[in-house]
Amino acid sequence: MNAIAVFKNRWLAFLMLLPTLVVLGLFLYYPALETLRLSLYRANFVFQTETFVGLAQFQQLLTDPAYYQSLLQTVIFCALVVFLGLAFGLSLAILANQPIHGAAVYRSLLLYPYALSPAIAGTLWLFMFNPEVGLVNNILRTLFGIAPRWLDNPILAFTLVVFAAVWKNIGYNLAFYTAALQNLPGELLEAAALDGATPWQRFRYVTLPLLSPITFFLFFVNLTYAVFDTFSLVDILTAGGPTLGKTGITTFLIYRVYQDGFQNFQTGFAAAQAILMLIMVGGITVLQFRVGRRVNYGA
Amino acid sequence: MARRVLRIALVHLILILAVLLVGFPLIFALIKATQTGSAVNSANLIPSTHLWDNLLSAWNGAKLGLYIRNSFVVAVGITVLKVVTSALAAMALVYFRIPAKGLLFTLILLTLMLPSDLLVVALFDLVNKLGWANTYQAIILPFAASATGIFLLRQHFMNVPPSLLDAARIDGAGPFRFLFAVLIPLSWNTIGALTLIQFIYGWEQYLWPLIIIRDSSHQVIQVGLKSLIGQASGQTDWGMVMAGTLVAILPPIVMFTLLGRQFSRGFILSESK
Repeated sequence: MNAIAVFKNRWLAFLMLLPTLVVLGLFLYYPALETLRLSLYRANFVFQTETFVGLAQFQQLLTDPAYYQSLLQTVIFCALVVFLGLAFGLSLAILANQPIHGAAVYRSLLLYPYALSPAIAGTLWLFMFNPEVGLVNNILRTLFGIAPRWLDNPILAFTLVVFAAVWKNIGYNLAFYTAALQNLPGELLEAAALDGATPWQRFRYVTLPLLSPITFFLFFVNLTYAVFDTFSLVDILTAGGPTLGKTGITTFLIYRVYQDGFQNFQTGFAAAQAILMLIMVGGITVLQFRVGRRVNYGA
Repeated sequence: MARRVLRIALVHLILILAVLLVGFPLIFALIKATQTGSAVNSANLIPSTHLWDNLLSAWNGAKLGLYIRNSFVVAVGITVLKVVTSALAAMALVYFRIPAKGLLFTLILLTLMLPSDLLVVALFDLVNKLGWANTYQAIILPFAASATGIFLLRQHFMNVPPSLLDAARIDGAGPFRFLFAVLIPLSWNTIGALTLIQFIYGWEQYLWPLIIIRDSSHQVIQVGLKSLIGQASGQTDWGMVMAGTLVAILPPIVMFTLLGRQFSRGFILSESK
Protein backbone atom coordinates (compact mmCIF):
# COMPACT_ATOMS: atom_id res chain seq x y z
CA MET A 1 0.00 0.00 0.00
CA ASN A 2 2.95 2.33 0.49
CA ALA A 3 4.04 1.80 -3.12
CA ILE A 4 1.27 4.10 -4.39
CA ALA A 5 1.39 6.59 -1.52
CA VAL A 6 2.84 9.58 -3.32
CA PHE A 7 1.40 12.77 -1.89
CA LYS A 8 3.58 14.00 0.94
CA ASN A 9 1.52 16.77 2.52
CA ARG A 10 0.99 15.29 5.99
CA TRP A 11 -1.17 18.14 7.22
CA LEU A 12 -3.55 17.78 4.33
CA ALA A 13 -3.79 14.02 4.91
CA PHE A 14 -4.47 14.63 8.56
CA LEU A 15 -7.20 17.15 7.71
CA MET A 16 -8.82 14.61 5.40
CA LEU A 17 -8.85 12.00 8.15
CA LEU A 18 -9.99 14.43 10.82
CA PRO A 19 -13.78 14.33 10.26
CA THR A 20 -13.76 10.53 10.43
CA LEU A 21 -11.53 10.44 13.50
CA VAL A 22 -13.61 13.03 15.35
CA VAL A 23 -16.91 11.28 14.65
CA LEU A 24 -15.62 7.80 15.47
CA GLY A 25 -13.81 9.04 18.55
CA LEU A 26 -16.61 11.17 19.95
CA PHE A 27 -19.58 8.97 19.08
CA LEU A 28 -18.13 5.43 19.26
CA TYR A 29 -14.91 5.24 21.28
CA TYR A 30 -15.90 7.73 23.95
CA PRO A 31 -19.40 6.22 24.52
CA ALA A 32 -17.80 2.75 24.63
CA LEU A 33 -15.45 3.85 27.43
CA GLU A 34 -18.27 5.72 29.15
CA THR A 35 -20.47 2.59 28.97
CA LEU A 36 -17.65 0.64 30.62
CA ARG A 37 -17.40 3.27 33.37
CA LEU A 38 -21.18 3.43 33.91
CA SER A 39 -21.32 -0.36 34.24
CA LEU A 40 -19.40 0.03 37.51
CA TYR A 41 -21.82 2.61 38.91
CA ARG A 42 -25.39 2.37 40.05
CA ALA A 43 -26.45 5.37 38.00
CA ASN A 44 -29.69 7.04 37.06
CA PHE A 45 -30.13 9.64 34.28
CA VAL A 46 -33.29 11.13 35.71
CA PHE A 47 -31.97 11.92 39.16
CA GLN A 48 -28.36 12.40 37.98
CA THR A 49 -27.10 10.05 40.70
CA GLU A 50 -24.02 7.81 40.58
CA THR A 51 -22.75 5.40 43.23
CA PHE A 52 -19.68 3.25 42.65
CA VAL A 53 -20.58 -0.42 43.07
CA GLY A 54 -17.68 -2.19 41.36
CA LEU A 55 -18.68 -5.41 39.64
CA ALA A 56 -21.89 -5.78 41.65
CA GLN A 57 -24.13 -5.21 38.63
CA PHE A 58 -22.35 -7.90 36.65
CA GLN A 59 -22.77 -10.25 39.58
CA GLN A 60 -26.43 -9.32 39.76
CA LEU A 61 -26.85 -10.06 36.04
CA LEU A 62 -25.00 -13.36 36.09
CA THR A 63 -27.09 -14.66 38.98
CA ASP A 64 -30.40 -13.44 37.53
CA PRO A 65 -32.53 -16.28 36.06
CA ALA A 66 -34.46 -13.72 33.96
CA TYR A 67 -31.22 -12.65 32.28
CA TYR A 68 -30.30 -16.24 31.46
CA GLN A 69 -33.78 -16.77 30.07
CA SER A 70 -33.34 -13.72 27.80
CA LEU A 71 -29.95 -15.04 26.72
CA LEU A 72 -31.38 -18.46 25.89
CA GLN A 73 -34.31 -16.90 24.00
CA THR A 74 -31.89 -14.73 22.03
CA VAL A 75 -29.75 -17.76 21.11
CA ILE A 76 -32.77 -19.79 19.96
CA PHE A 77 -34.20 -16.83 18.07
CA CYS A 78 -30.89 -16.12 16.31
CA ALA A 79 -30.33 -19.78 15.45
CA LEU A 80 -33.79 -20.03 13.89
CA VAL A 81 -33.60 -16.71 12.02
CA VAL A 82 -30.13 -17.48 10.62
CA PHE A 83 -30.82 -21.11 9.73
CA LEU A 84 -34.28 -20.56 8.21
CA GLY A 85 -33.14 -17.37 6.48
CA LEU A 86 -30.20 -19.07 4.77
CA ALA A 87 -32.17 -22.25 3.96
CA PHE A 88 -35.10 -20.38 2.38
CA GLY A 89 -32.79 -17.91 0.66
CA LEU A 90 -30.64 -20.63 -0.91
CA SER A 91 -33.59 -22.87 -1.90
CA LEU A 92 -35.40 -20.00 -3.60
CA ALA A 93 -32.20 -18.78 -5.24
CA ILE A 94 -31.57 -22.23 -6.73
CA LEU A 95 -35.14 -22.51 -7.99
CA ALA A 96 -35.14 -18.99 -9.41
CA ASN A 97 -31.84 -19.64 -11.21
CA GLN A 98 -33.10 -22.70 -13.11
CA PRO A 99 -33.02 -22.25 -16.88
CA ILE A 100 -36.75 -21.49 -17.15
CA HIS A 101 -38.75 -18.65 -18.67
CA GLY A 102 -39.33 -15.70 -16.39
CA ALA A 103 -36.62 -16.66 -13.88
CA ALA A 104 -35.50 -13.01 -13.67
CA VAL A 105 -39.10 -11.93 -12.96
CA TYR A 106 -39.38 -14.40 -10.08
CA ARG A 107 -36.05 -13.18 -8.71
CA SER A 108 -37.05 -9.52 -8.69
CA LEU A 109 -40.48 -10.27 -7.17
CA LEU A 110 -38.86 -12.29 -4.38
CA LEU A 111 -36.42 -9.46 -3.70
CA TYR A 112 -38.97 -6.90 -2.54
CA PRO A 113 -39.30 -7.64 1.18
CA TYR A 114 -35.71 -6.44 1.48
CA ALA A 115 -36.84 -2.91 0.61
CA LEU A 116 -38.96 -2.96 3.79
CA SER A 117 -37.62 -1.90 7.14
CA PRO A 118 -38.06 -4.29 10.09
CA ALA A 119 -40.41 -1.68 11.61
CA ILE A 120 -42.69 -1.84 8.56
CA ALA A 121 -42.51 -5.64 8.54
CA GLY A 122 -43.65 -5.51 12.18
CA THR A 123 -46.53 -3.16 11.30
CA LEU A 124 -47.79 -5.39 8.47
CA TRP A 125 -47.67 -8.53 10.59
CA LEU A 126 -49.29 -6.73 13.52
CA PHE A 127 -52.31 -5.98 11.35
CA MET A 128 -52.47 -9.39 9.62
CA PHE A 129 -52.35 -11.22 12.95
CA ASN A 130 -54.51 -8.80 14.95
CA PRO A 131 -56.85 -11.12 16.89
CA GLU A 132 -60.03 -9.09 16.24
CA VAL A 133 -59.68 -7.41 12.86
CA GLY A 134 -56.67 -9.16 11.29
CA LEU A 135 -57.03 -11.10 8.05
CA VAL A 136 -55.65 -14.37 9.46
CA ASN A 137 -58.20 -14.58 12.24
CA ASN A 138 -61.02 -13.38 9.97
CA ILE A 139 -60.29 -16.37 7.75
CA LEU A 140 -59.74 -18.82 10.62
CA ARG A 141 -63.00 -17.68 12.26
CA THR A 142 -64.98 -18.24 9.06
CA LEU A 143 -63.39 -21.59 8.22
CA PHE A 144 -62.80 -23.21 11.62
CA GLY A 145 -64.52 -20.96 14.15
CA ILE A 146 -61.25 -20.22 15.98
CA ALA A 147 -59.44 -16.94 16.68
CA PRO A 148 -56.03 -17.54 18.33
CA ARG A 149 -54.60 -14.71 20.45
CA TRP A 150 -51.39 -14.60 18.37
CA LEU A 151 -49.61 -11.96 20.41
CA ASP A 152 -50.77 -13.05 23.88
CA ASN A 153 -49.76 -16.70 23.61
CA PRO A 154 -45.96 -16.98 24.23
CA ILE A 155 -45.31 -19.82 21.77
CA LEU A 156 -47.41 -18.26 19.00
CA ALA A 157 -45.90 -14.81 19.56
CA PHE A 158 -42.33 -16.17 19.46
CA THR A 159 -43.06 -18.14 16.27
CA LEU A 160 -44.64 -15.08 14.69
CA VAL A 161 -41.61 -12.89 15.44
CA VAL A 162 -39.25 -15.56 14.03
CA PHE A 163 -41.17 -15.85 10.77
CA ALA A 164 -41.65 -12.09 10.37
CA ALA A 165 -37.88 -11.64 10.85
CA VAL A 166 -37.02 -14.43 8.38
CA TRP A 167 -39.54 -13.11 5.85
CA LYS A 168 -38.09 -9.61 5.96
CA ASN A 169 -34.57 -10.83 5.16
CA ILE A 170 -35.33 -13.40 2.43
CA GLY A 171 -34.71 -10.90 -0.38
CA TYR A 172 -31.25 -10.07 0.93
CA ASN A 173 -30.13 -13.70 1.18
CA LEU A 174 -31.65 -14.46 -2.19
CA ALA A 175 -29.77 -11.57 -3.84
CA PHE A 176 -26.39 -12.69 -2.53
CA TYR A 177 -26.96 -16.39 -3.28
CA THR A 178 -28.14 -15.48 -6.78
CA ALA A 179 -24.97 -13.50 -7.45
CA ALA A 180 -22.85 -16.37 -6.11
CA LEU A 181 -24.72 -19.01 -8.14
CA GLN A 182 -24.27 -17.01 -11.32
CA ASN A 183 -20.53 -16.82 -10.70
CA LEU A 184 -20.09 -20.57 -10.15
CA PRO A 185 -17.66 -22.23 -12.57
CA GLY A 186 -19.95 -24.17 -14.94
CA GLU A 187 -17.21 -26.62 -15.96
CA LEU A 188 -17.11 -28.23 -12.53
CA LEU A 189 -20.84 -28.96 -12.52
CA GLU A 190 -20.70 -30.25 -16.10
CA ALA A 191 -17.77 -32.49 -15.25
CA ALA A 192 -19.66 -33.87 -12.28
CA ALA A 193 -22.73 -34.46 -14.44
CA LEU A 194 -20.59 -36.29 -17.05
CA ASP A 195 -19.18 -38.48 -14.29
CA GLY A 196 -22.75 -39.52 -13.49
CA ALA A 197 -23.40 -37.48 -10.35
CA THR A 198 -27.11 -37.11 -9.57
CA PRO A 199 -28.55 -33.58 -9.17
CA TRP A 200 -28.53 -34.02 -5.39
CA GLN A 201 -24.89 -35.20 -5.42
CA ARG A 202 -23.92 -32.25 -7.62
CA PHE A 203 -25.61 -29.89 -5.18
CA ARG A 204 -24.21 -31.54 -2.04
CA TYR A 205 -20.61 -32.12 -3.21
CA VAL A 206 -20.02 -29.35 -5.78
CA THR A 207 -22.41 -26.40 -5.41
CA LEU A 208 -22.67 -26.27 -1.62
CA PRO A 209 -18.88 -26.33 -0.95
CA LEU A 210 -18.35 -23.70 -3.67
CA LEU A 211 -20.93 -21.50 -1.95
CA SER A 212 -19.30 -21.78 1.47
CA PRO A 213 -17.58 -18.35 1.34
CA ILE A 214 -20.89 -16.59 0.64
CA THR A 215 -22.72 -18.75 3.20
CA PHE A 216 -20.08 -17.79 5.72
CA PHE A 217 -20.52 -14.09 4.92
CA LEU A 218 -24.33 -14.33 5.06
CA PHE A 219 -24.18 -16.25 8.33
CA PHE A 220 -22.63 -13.28 10.10
CA VAL A 221 -24.75 -10.65 8.35
CA ASN A 222 -27.89 -12.55 9.34
CA LEU A 223 -26.61 -13.01 12.87
CA THR A 224 -26.06 -9.25 13.24
CA TYR A 225 -29.52 -8.69 11.81
CA ALA A 226 -31.10 -11.12 14.27
CA VAL A 227 -29.29 -9.65 17.29
CA PHE A 228 -29.68 -5.91 16.55
CA ASP A 229 -31.87 -5.00 13.58
CA THR A 230 -34.91 -6.99 14.68
CA PHE A 231 -35.30 -4.63 17.64
CA SER A 232 -37.84 -2.44 15.83
CA LEU A 233 -39.82 -5.46 14.62
CA VAL A 234 -40.06 -6.77 18.19
CA ASP A 235 -40.87 -3.34 19.60
CA ILE A 236 -43.83 -2.87 17.25
CA LEU A 237 -45.07 -6.46 17.14
CA THR A 238 -44.80 -7.65 20.76
CA ALA A 239 -42.95 -4.94 22.76
CA GLY A 240 -40.94 -7.76 24.38
CA GLY A 241 -43.96 -9.71 25.61
CA PRO A 242 -45.88 -11.87 26.36
CA THR A 243 -44.47 -13.10 29.66
CA LEU A 244 -43.39 -16.70 30.04
CA GLY A 245 -41.53 -17.78 33.17
CA LYS A 246 -39.26 -15.00 34.39
CA THR A 247 -39.54 -12.50 31.51
CA GLY A 248 -41.18 -11.68 28.18
CA ILE A 249 -40.63 -14.40 25.59
CA THR A 250 -39.46 -11.86 23.00
CA THR A 251 -37.43 -9.78 25.46
CA PHE A 252 -34.13 -10.47 23.72
CA LEU A 253 -30.82 -9.10 25.02
CA ILE A 254 -30.95 -5.80 23.11
CA TYR A 255 -34.56 -5.24 24.15
CA ARG A 256 -33.51 -5.77 27.76
CA VAL A 257 -30.86 -3.05 27.44
CA TYR A 258 -33.55 -0.68 26.15
CA GLN A 259 -36.08 -1.60 28.85
CA ASP A 260 -33.66 -1.33 31.75
CA GLY A 261 -31.96 1.77 30.39
CA PHE A 262 -34.90 3.81 29.16
CA GLN A 263 -38.05 2.43 30.76
CA ASN A 264 -36.76 1.38 34.20
CA PHE A 265 -34.05 4.09 34.19
CA GLN A 266 -31.38 1.76 35.61
CA THR A 267 -28.63 3.39 33.59
CA GLY A 268 -25.67 1.55 35.13
CA PHE A 269 -27.43 -1.79 35.00
CA ALA A 270 -28.21 -1.31 31.29
CA ALA A 271 -24.58 -0.29 30.70
CA ALA A 272 -23.40 -3.54 32.34
CA GLN A 273 -25.66 -5.50 29.97
CA ALA A 274 -24.27 -3.57 27.01
CA ILE A 275 -20.72 -4.45 28.12
CA LEU A 276 -21.60 -8.15 28.32
CA MET A 277 -23.05 -7.94 24.80
CA LEU A 278 -19.95 -6.11 23.54
CA ILE A 279 -17.85 -8.98 24.90
CA MET A 280 -20.07 -11.46 23.05
CA VAL A 281 -19.79 -9.39 19.83
CA GLY A 282 -16.00 -9.37 20.27
CA GLY A 283 -15.96 -13.15 20.73
CA ILE A 284 -18.04 -13.69 17.61
CA THR A 285 -15.82 -11.34 15.59
CA VAL A 286 -12.67 -13.22 16.65
CA LEU A 287 -14.39 -16.47 15.70
CA GLN A 288 -15.33 -14.95 12.36
CA PHE A 289 -11.69 -14.09 11.60
CA ARG A 290 -10.37 -17.48 12.77
CA VAL A 291 -12.86 -19.54 10.79
CA GLY A 292 -12.83 -17.02 7.94
CA ARG A 293 -9.23 -17.78 7.14
CA ARG A 294 -9.97 -21.47 6.87
CA VAL A 295 -13.10 -20.99 4.75
CA ASN A 296 -11.36 -18.80 2.22
CA TYR A 297 -8.36 -21.05 1.80
CA GLY A 298 -10.38 -24.25 2.03
CA ALA A 299 -12.92 -23.42 -0.65
CA MET B 1 -39.15 -35.31 -22.44
CA ALA B 2 -42.42 -35.52 -20.54
CA ARG B 3 -40.45 -35.78 -17.32
CA ARG B 4 -38.57 -32.61 -18.20
CA VAL B 5 -41.78 -30.69 -18.88
CA LEU B 6 -43.21 -31.93 -15.61
CA ARG B 7 -40.10 -30.88 -13.76
CA ILE B 8 -40.20 -27.37 -15.23
CA ALA B 9 -43.91 -27.07 -14.43
CA LEU B 10 -43.16 -28.07 -10.86
CA VAL B 11 -40.41 -25.42 -10.56
CA HIS B 12 -42.84 -22.79 -11.87
CA LEU B 13 -45.52 -23.94 -9.44
CA ILE B 14 -43.20 -23.75 -6.42
CA LEU B 15 -41.87 -20.35 -7.49
CA ILE B 16 -45.37 -18.93 -8.03
CA LEU B 17 -46.37 -20.17 -4.58
CA ALA B 18 -43.20 -18.66 -3.09
CA VAL B 19 -43.81 -15.31 -4.80
CA LEU B 20 -47.41 -15.24 -3.54
CA LEU B 21 -46.36 -16.18 -0.03
CA VAL B 22 -43.40 -13.80 0.12
CA GLY B 23 -45.20 -11.00 -1.69
CA PHE B 24 -48.51 -11.43 0.09
CA PRO B 25 -48.01 -9.04 3.03
CA LEU B 26 -47.18 -6.29 0.53
CA ILE B 27 -50.11 -7.00 -1.78
CA PHE B 28 -52.28 -7.13 1.32
CA ALA B 29 -51.04 -3.71 2.46
CA LEU B 30 -51.68 -2.32 -1.02
CA ILE B 31 -55.27 -3.58 -1.06
CA LYS B 32 -56.10 -2.54 2.50
CA ALA B 33 -54.73 0.96 1.82
CA THR B 34 -57.55 1.42 -0.71
CA GLN B 35 -60.35 0.37 1.62
CA THR B 36 -62.22 2.19 4.34
CA GLY B 37 -64.59 1.51 7.22
CA SER B 38 -65.60 -2.05 7.99
CA ALA B 39 -64.07 -3.46 4.78
CA VAL B 40 -60.55 -2.84 6.16
CA ASN B 41 -61.24 -4.91 9.23
CA SER B 42 -62.77 -7.81 7.31
CA ALA B 43 -61.32 -10.56 5.13
CA ASN B 44 -62.43 -8.57 2.06
CA LEU B 45 -59.53 -8.44 -0.43
CA ILE B 46 -61.22 -6.50 -3.21
CA PRO B 47 -59.46 -3.18 -3.87
CA SER B 48 -61.61 -0.14 -3.32
CA THR B 49 -61.25 3.56 -4.15
CA HIS B 50 -60.23 5.21 -0.89
CA LEU B 51 -56.44 5.20 -1.36
CA TRP B 52 -56.29 8.98 -1.71
CA ASP B 53 -58.49 9.59 1.37
CA ASN B 54 -56.32 7.25 3.42
CA LEU B 55 -53.14 8.91 2.19
CA LEU B 56 -54.49 12.37 3.01
CA SER B 57 -55.65 11.39 6.48
CA ALA B 58 -52.24 9.79 7.19
CA TRP B 59 -50.29 12.67 5.64
CA ASN B 60 -52.10 15.49 7.42
CA GLY B 61 -54.06 13.97 10.28
CA ALA B 62 -51.40 11.54 11.54
CA LYS B 63 -48.35 13.69 10.69
CA LEU B 64 -47.04 11.23 8.08
CA GLY B 65 -45.85 14.16 5.95
CA LEU B 66 -43.79 15.50 8.83
CA TYR B 67 -42.22 12.11 9.64
CA ILE B 68 -41.35 11.46 6.00
CA ARG B 69 -39.73 14.88 5.67
CA ASN B 70 -37.69 14.28 8.82
CA SER B 71 -36.60 10.85 7.59
CA PHE B 72 -35.47 12.40 4.31
CA VAL B 73 -33.39 15.04 6.07
CA VAL B 74 -31.81 12.38 8.28
CA ALA B 75 -31.21 9.70 5.62
CA VAL B 76 -29.81 12.15 3.06
CA GLY B 77 -27.70 13.89 5.70
CA ILE B 78 -26.19 10.62 6.92
CA THR B 79 -25.57 9.37 3.38
CA VAL B 80 -23.87 12.52 2.10
CA LEU B 81 -21.71 12.92 5.21
CA LYS B 82 -20.68 9.26 5.22
CA VAL B 83 -19.73 9.20 1.54
CA VAL B 84 -17.73 12.44 1.81
CA THR B 85 -15.88 11.57 5.02
CA SER B 86 -15.19 8.03 3.73
CA ALA B 87 -13.83 9.21 0.39
CA LEU B 88 -11.53 11.75 2.06
CA ALA B 89 -10.28 9.25 4.65
CA ALA B 90 -9.79 6.46 2.12
CA MET B 91 -7.82 8.79 -0.14
CA ALA B 92 -5.61 9.90 2.74
CA LEU B 93 -4.96 6.26 3.65
CA VAL B 94 -4.07 5.14 0.14
CA TYR B 95 -2.35 8.08 -1.54
CA PHE B 96 -0.54 9.90 1.26
CA ARG B 97 2.60 9.12 3.15
CA ILE B 98 1.58 9.49 6.78
CA PRO B 99 2.98 8.09 10.00
CA ALA B 100 1.14 5.31 11.89
CA LYS B 101 -1.10 4.63 8.91
CA GLY B 102 -1.62 0.98 9.83
CA LEU B 103 -2.60 1.92 13.36
CA LEU B 104 -5.09 4.53 12.15
CA PHE B 105 -6.71 2.08 9.75
CA THR B 106 -6.93 -0.54 12.53
CA LEU B 107 -8.56 2.00 14.86
CA ILE B 108 -11.11 2.79 12.15
CA LEU B 109 -11.85 -0.87 11.44
CA LEU B 110 -12.14 -1.73 15.14
CA THR B 111 -15.26 0.45 15.34
CA LEU B 112 -17.03 -2.32 13.42
CA MET B 113 -16.93 -4.19 16.75
CA LEU B 114 -18.73 -1.31 18.50
CA PRO B 115 -22.35 -1.45 17.29
CA SER B 116 -23.93 1.91 18.10
CA ASP B 117 -27.08 0.08 19.29
CA LEU B 118 -25.05 -1.06 22.30
CA LEU B 119 -23.72 2.41 23.06
CA VAL B 120 -27.09 4.18 23.26
CA VAL B 121 -26.98 4.46 27.06
CA ALA B 122 -23.77 6.50 27.07
CA LEU B 123 -24.64 8.23 23.80
CA PHE B 124 -27.90 9.44 25.33
CA ASP B 125 -25.96 11.03 28.17
CA LEU B 126 -23.43 12.62 25.78
CA VAL B 127 -25.98 14.01 23.33
CA ASN B 128 -28.08 15.44 26.14
CA LYS B 129 -25.00 17.15 27.58
CA LEU B 130 -24.31 18.63 24.13
CA GLY B 131 -27.86 20.00 24.26
CA TRP B 132 -28.88 18.12 21.11
CA ALA B 133 -31.95 16.27 22.37
CA ASN B 134 -34.83 16.60 19.89
CA THR B 135 -32.66 17.92 17.06
CA TYR B 136 -31.67 16.64 13.63
CA GLN B 137 -27.96 16.67 14.47
CA ALA B 138 -28.62 14.19 17.29
CA ILE B 139 -29.70 11.57 14.74
CA ILE B 140 -27.29 12.58 11.94
CA LEU B 141 -23.87 13.50 13.32
CA PRO B 142 -23.17 10.34 15.39
CA PHE B 143 -23.42 8.44 12.08
CA ALA B 144 -21.39 10.82 9.90
CA ALA B 145 -18.42 8.46 9.47
CA SER B 146 -18.31 4.87 8.31
CA ALA B 147 -15.67 2.17 8.69
CA THR B 148 -17.48 0.13 6.02
CA GLY B 149 -17.36 3.06 3.60
CA ILE B 150 -13.66 3.67 4.21
CA PHE B 151 -12.92 -0.03 3.82
CA LEU B 152 -14.82 -0.36 0.52
CA LEU B 153 -13.40 2.83 -1.00
CA ARG B 154 -9.86 2.07 0.17
CA GLN B 155 -10.12 -1.36 -1.43
CA HIS B 156 -11.36 0.23 -4.62
CA PHE B 157 -8.70 2.99 -4.69
CA MET B 158 -5.95 0.42 -4.26
CA ASN B 159 -7.12 -1.32 -7.44
CA VAL B 160 -6.94 1.86 -9.52
CA PRO B 161 -4.02 1.42 -11.97
CA PRO B 162 -0.95 3.34 -10.65
CA SER B 163 -0.25 4.52 -14.22
CA LEU B 164 -3.25 6.85 -13.94
CA LEU B 165 -1.73 8.44 -10.89
CA ASP B 166 1.60 8.84 -12.66
CA ALA B 167 -0.14 10.45 -15.62
CA ALA B 168 -2.02 12.84 -13.35
CA ARG B 169 1.21 13.71 -11.52
CA ILE B 170 3.05 14.41 -14.74
CA ASP B 171 0.19 16.72 -15.74
CA GLY B 172 0.81 18.51 -12.44
CA ALA B 173 -2.49 17.53 -10.77
CA GLY B 174 -2.66 17.99 -7.00
CA PRO B 175 -4.49 15.64 -4.64
CA PHE B 176 -7.92 17.22 -5.05
CA ARG B 177 -7.68 17.50 -8.82
CA PHE B 178 -6.75 13.80 -8.84
CA LEU B 179 -9.66 12.97 -6.52
CA PHE B 180 -12.28 14.77 -8.60
CA ALA B 181 -10.93 14.21 -12.11
CA VAL B 182 -9.71 10.61 -11.80
CA LEU B 183 -10.73 8.76 -8.64
CA ILE B 184 -14.39 9.74 -8.32
CA PRO B 185 -15.27 9.13 -11.99
CA LEU B 186 -13.67 5.68 -11.66
CA SER B 187 -15.54 4.90 -8.45
CA TRP B 188 -19.19 5.43 -9.37
CA ASN B 189 -20.11 1.78 -8.77
CA THR B 190 -18.59 1.74 -5.30
CA ILE B 191 -19.99 5.17 -4.44
CA GLY B 192 -23.41 4.11 -5.76
CA ALA B 193 -23.36 0.93 -3.69
CA LEU B 194 -22.28 2.87 -0.62
CA THR B 195 -24.97 5.51 -1.18
CA LEU B 196 -27.64 2.80 -1.39
CA ILE B 197 -26.48 0.97 1.75
CA GLN B 198 -26.15 4.15 3.80
CA PHE B 199 -29.42 5.69 2.64
CA ILE B 200 -31.30 2.55 3.64
CA TYR B 201 -29.38 2.41 6.91
CA GLY B 202 -30.36 6.03 7.63
CA TRP B 203 -33.96 5.53 6.53
CA GLU B 204 -34.39 2.46 8.74
CA GLN B 205 -32.93 3.92 11.95
CA TYR B 206 -35.20 3.11 14.86
CA LEU B 207 -33.71 2.51 18.31
CA TRP B 208 -31.69 5.74 18.54
CA PRO B 209 -34.45 8.14 17.35
CA LEU B 210 -36.92 6.31 19.62
CA ILE B 211 -34.71 7.19 22.58
CA ILE B 212 -33.37 10.65 21.79
CA ILE B 213 -36.31 12.26 19.94
CA ARG B 214 -39.17 12.95 22.30
CA ASP B 215 -41.22 15.43 20.28
CA SER B 216 -42.91 14.52 17.03
CA SER B 217 -41.64 17.55 15.11
CA HIS B 218 -38.24 15.85 14.62
CA GLN B 219 -39.32 12.21 14.75
CA VAL B 220 -38.55 9.84 11.85
CA ILE B 221 -41.08 7.71 10.01
CA GLN B 222 -39.99 4.32 11.40
CA VAL B 223 -40.78 5.42 14.95
CA GLY B 224 -43.68 7.53 13.71
CA LEU B 225 -45.38 4.33 12.49
CA LYS B 226 -45.97 3.52 16.13
CA SER B 227 -47.94 6.70 16.66
CA LEU B 228 -49.89 6.06 13.43
CA ILE B 229 -50.90 2.68 14.86
CA GLY B 230 -51.59 4.13 18.30
CA GLN B 231 -53.80 6.98 17.00
CA ALA B 232 -57.23 7.39 18.59
CA SER B 233 -56.29 5.16 21.53
CA GLY B 234 -56.95 1.56 20.62
CA GLN B 235 -59.23 2.12 17.65
CA THR B 236 -56.57 1.90 14.93
CA ASP B 237 -57.51 3.12 11.44
CA TRP B 238 -55.67 0.32 9.64
CA GLY B 239 -56.51 1.57 6.15
CA MET B 240 -54.71 4.80 7.01
CA VAL B 241 -51.77 2.90 8.60
CA MET B 242 -51.36 0.71 5.50
CA ALA B 243 -51.38 3.81 3.28
CA GLY B 244 -48.67 5.23 5.56
CA THR B 245 -46.49 2.11 5.30
CA LEU B 246 -46.73 2.22 1.50
CA VAL B 247 -45.37 5.77 1.50
CA ALA B 248 -42.60 4.73 3.90
CA ILE B 249 -41.57 1.85 1.60
CA LEU B 250 -41.34 4.03 -1.51
CA PRO B 251 -38.00 5.87 -0.99
CA PRO B 252 -35.95 2.67 -0.44
CA ILE B 253 -37.62 1.07 -3.46
CA VAL B 254 -36.82 4.11 -5.61
CA MET B 255 -33.20 3.98 -4.40
CA PHE B 256 -33.02 0.27 -5.22
CA THR B 257 -34.34 0.86 -8.69
CA LEU B 258 -31.90 3.72 -9.29
CA LEU B 259 -28.79 2.15 -7.75
CA GLY B 260 -29.46 -1.61 -7.80
CA ARG B 261 -27.09 -2.16 -10.72
CA GLN B 262 -24.26 -0.27 -9.01
CA PHE B 263 -25.00 -2.23 -5.87
CA SER B 264 -24.50 -5.60 -7.52
CA ARG B 265 -21.44 -4.40 -9.47
CA GLY B 266 -19.75 -2.47 -6.71
CA PHE B 267 -20.67 -4.52 -3.69
CA ILE B 268 -21.83 -8.07 -4.35
CA LEU B 269 -18.98 -8.76 -6.77
CA SER B 270 -16.35 -7.38 -4.43
CA GLU B 271 -17.83 -9.33 -1.51
CA SER B 272 -17.79 -12.68 -3.25
CA LYS B 273 -14.22 -12.26 -4.41
